[in-house]
Amino acid sequence: MTVNIFGRLKLEAFHHEASQNFAVMMMVLSGIAIIGLLTYFRLWRWLWNDWFTSCDPKRIGVMYIAVALLMFFKGFVDALMMRLQQALSVGSSHGFISADHFQEVFSAHGTTMIFFVAMGSVFGVMNLLIPLQIGARDVAFPFLNSVGFWLFASSATLSMTSLAIGKFSATGWLAYSPLSGIEFSPGEGVDYWIWILQIAGIGTTLSAINFMVTILKMRCPGMTFMKMPIFVWSCLCSVVLVIFAFPILTATLAMLTLDRDLGMHFFTAGGGGNPMLYINLIWAWGHPEVYILILPVFGIFSEVVPTFCEKRLFGYASMVWALVLITFLSFIVWVHHFFTMGASPPVNAFFAVMTKLIAIPTGVKIFNWLFTKFRGRVHFDSPMLWFFSFLLNFSIGGMTGVLLSAPPVDFQVHNSLFLIAHFHGMAIGGVLFGFFCAFTYWFPKFSGFRLSEKLNRIAFGCWFLGFLIAFMPLYMLGFMGATRRLDHYDVETGWHPLFLLAGFGALIILAGVLVQMYGLLKAIIDRDKNRDLSGDPWNGRTFEWSVPSPPPEYNFASIPKVNQRDQFWADKHLHTVQPTRAYEDILMPKNTAVGVYIGVLSLIFGFAMVWHMYWLAAISFIAIIACVIARVSGEDEHAVIPASKVEAMESAYLRAKMGEVK
Amino acid sequence: MGLWDRWNGRTFVPWLLFISGAIVIAVLIMQPLMVLFFRDQISVLFPAGWVAVEERNLLYVIQAIMLLVIIPVYVLTFIFSWNYAAHNSKAKYEPDIVDNIIAECVWWGLPCILTIAIAVVTWVKTEQLDPFKPLESDKPTITIQVVALDWKWLFIYPDAKVASVNFVQFPANVPVRFQITADAPMNSFWIPHLGGQIYAMPNMITELNLIADVPGEYRGSSANFSGKGFAGMHFIAKASSAEEYEAWVKSAQEHTQSLNWTTYSNLALQSVNDPVQFFKLDDASLFDQISMKYMHPHASTEGK
Repeated sequence: MTVNIFGRLKLEAFHHEASQNFAVMMMVLSGIAIIGLLTYFRLWRWLWNDWFTSCDPKRIGVMYIAVALLMFFKGFVDALMMRLQQALSVGSSHGFISADHFQEVFSAHGTTMIFFVAMGSVFGVMNLLIPLQIGARDVAFPFLNSVGFWLFASSATLSMTSLAIGKFSATGWLAYSPLSGIEFSPGEGVDYWIWILQIAGIGTTLSAINFMVTILKMRCPGMTFMKMPIFVWSCLCSVVLVIFAFPILTATLAMLTLDRDLGMHFFTAGGGGNPMLYINLIWAWGHPEVYILILPVFGIFSEVVPTFCEKRLFGYASMVWALVLITFLSFIVWVHHFFTMGASPPVNAFFAVMTKLIAIPTGVKIFNWLFTKFRGRVHFDSPMLWFFSFLLNFSIGGMTGVLLSAPPVDFQVHNSLFLIAHFHGMAIGGVLFGFFCAFTYWFPKFSGFRLSEKLNRIAFGCWFLGFLIAFMPLYMLGFMGATRRLDHYDVETGWHPLFLLAGFGALIILAGVLVQMYGLLKAIIDRDKNRDLSGDPWNGRTFEWSVPSPPPEYNFASIPKVNQRDQFWADKHLHTVQPTRAYEDILMPKNTAVGVYIGVLSLIFGFAMVWHMYWLAAISFIAIIACVIARVSGEDEHAVIPASKVEAMESAYLRAKMGEVK
Repeated sequence: MGLWDRWNGRTFVPWLLFISGAIVIAVLIMQPLMVLFFRDQISVLFPAGWVAVEERNLLYVIQAIMLLVIIPVYVLTFIFSWNYAAHNSKAKYEPDIVDNIIAECVWWGLPCILTIAIAVVTWVKTEQLDPFKPLESDKPTITIQVVALDWKWLFIYPDAKVASVNFVQFPANVPVRFQITADAPMNSFWIPHLGGQIYAMPNMITELNLIADVPGEYRGSSANFSGKGFAGMHFIAKASSAEEYEAWVKSAQEHTQSLNWTTYSNLALQSVNDPVQFFKLDDASLFDQISMKYMHPHASTEGK
């Protein structure tokens, strides 16, 4: 018996369909272009020292968002391909891609959007804001944070690799067994999916532990739980969900791997396996997952709305309890994803009622946001526009969600495009609009300059209109019996006009995305004209607005004290000042490259496992362990920022701020 | 002064509210128009069987209750945005309102009451529309056994001793009991004109009780993704008069192709976009054998 050092990787893995070859070429060319530019402008050292090896949560947050935006571009191209295929592939025409490739595309779209775009932007925003909002200089475990990001980035890289080398999974974003078993999916696709999720999932769990400890242990003096900014509350709920839910995903994927690689029978159809168990387990993680994404978004809106209404958040305590209630309920509703499996009526009805209960705290949140506007001064800057469209779309999504939660109704619309329209209403109308809201709101804080309000408005208009045109027809298509994941359908179904309409909506969204990209580029080029010197461009309420834009590495020269909610707002209005203290030496974590090493090694490990190069997997795994041991054995992990330097930076900021006021 | 400068503050808010309001109203008008235009194809809203009618009615009831919350949210969104826009100096400004116990009671209480109402209706209807529950009728129920294969549907009539692929016929106004399994990855058996779907799983038998009130040919399909040929996994469900059904059974019984374990094993091999086929059934226990297949040790889908 000969052992091939390349495992099952053969030359055929590089052969693809035309459309995919084009994508790979574009990816390689843009990669070469980026490397070329970085080399030409001699930016490698800057990238390595200031970003890659940094343990500063603000830098890590920006990197999370950069990866999320890149992956959004990929996931969005997937979406356009699906819209194009479904607009073309009717009757005698079979569209521009094969069924196999179409199935890879929708699997990749879901995986990319959930794991990289949504999770990446949520963890990016958490990294940027949690330490600043709780008045801390750093997170509890800066190195763990760096490792979490690099696992996320290496998982994103592995998913891009699957585009060029071999095939991606063609089993949907949750890879239901037994379709994902070795019998029906013998290729490397499902293995790519498994290892992408495993690596990203472990990174997410590590980051969540870091943020839970940070929030619990590192709040500034006086900030009791009920005085925390509501965004921090929402993150606490979200990371608690991660810590409880993600181990389920890790274990489920591990069992699927054992089925596939070692011939075990956890989820196989025969041999005593039980595919229904897989569906239960994956949703026991999957349902909390959607709340992991939406809760921080609720937090974002709860920060943005009071700022732009110049008013306190209505019903703070009620908002907190609503969050906690949603967190609790999100663990006892997973069966609503498969009422159609044939459980007895009492089982289905129980999970239906639990699901409907979630509508109560969610509705309460919507009314509290609305009444924050009541007797306020509402400013319609772009973050508020995203909130406005969130409210309109999320209400529709919530309503269709309650419809779906009734088993007899679900029997008729489950797995149809009605379901797709519903969860895109939540994922785009909720999570993505929430992220855009956060992006436009906090962009000046972390870049130091403003985005163009005009371009933001155009982009918003395109998204608002495009989203409705792209997804409202899908509700109707669902009622017409159109199921999801179809690469072809017949003319008699009558679906074609509506698919065309949906495709047109996607083009309007594309226009919005292009405007956003142009706006970002333009803001960077014109940055000197749009500097934010005050550090507080929106008249904000929380501590991140009390420091310069972008914040210094140490966040706060002296740690603030809290007596009430929205302390910074109160300070501004009552003209109280935070007690000034003499500048002191500040201890901050040193840069470390170990996070990058672990990320790269994980990428190699994942790739080796996908292609069954077990020798390489073993070596990289041992190397990861060695990295961790080396890191935890080190002692000198901190560097001092001398008081004189802090003083110089702070007085420069104060001078600039005073200059702007004059 | 360019258009964009004039669009700030005072003029932007009315524009925003007007245009977005117009879009929302246009979407609302578009829905009934689409319903009128595509009526025959909107199977879920214009069904042809009792089960589907009941399911649609539940949808309408829950929708109506939900609108009691959604409409106020929409109205308040627009009114508050209009009235409390920053440039409106006539509006009251009270930045320190933080809470109001009565208001909180209203929006915790009202959704609670509505949710209880929806929950009660849902619970009752879930019991009533249990897919396993036989339908009440003065006519005897017909049993049809359904097997989801890669990638086609096999229908077995154990009593009439016939079988068919991607086509199922039964008399209208007679309750039909579908017994469903799969010899393939999980699928979902769905005839939207007649009633909701249920999963077709290997090693499992699920049931779906349906009845057609109106004769006609309805589109049925798999609703759960099952692999390469999934898009072609649809079939015709024909509800006909009793006489037509009898005639069809007779013609299928005289078919030369017969279905037994050997021919079934051939049929079960992967294939896409299969044409309609008819068989006479040799082996009345075929469905039980298929559903028990995965219980044997070392079972595989290759069908030994």
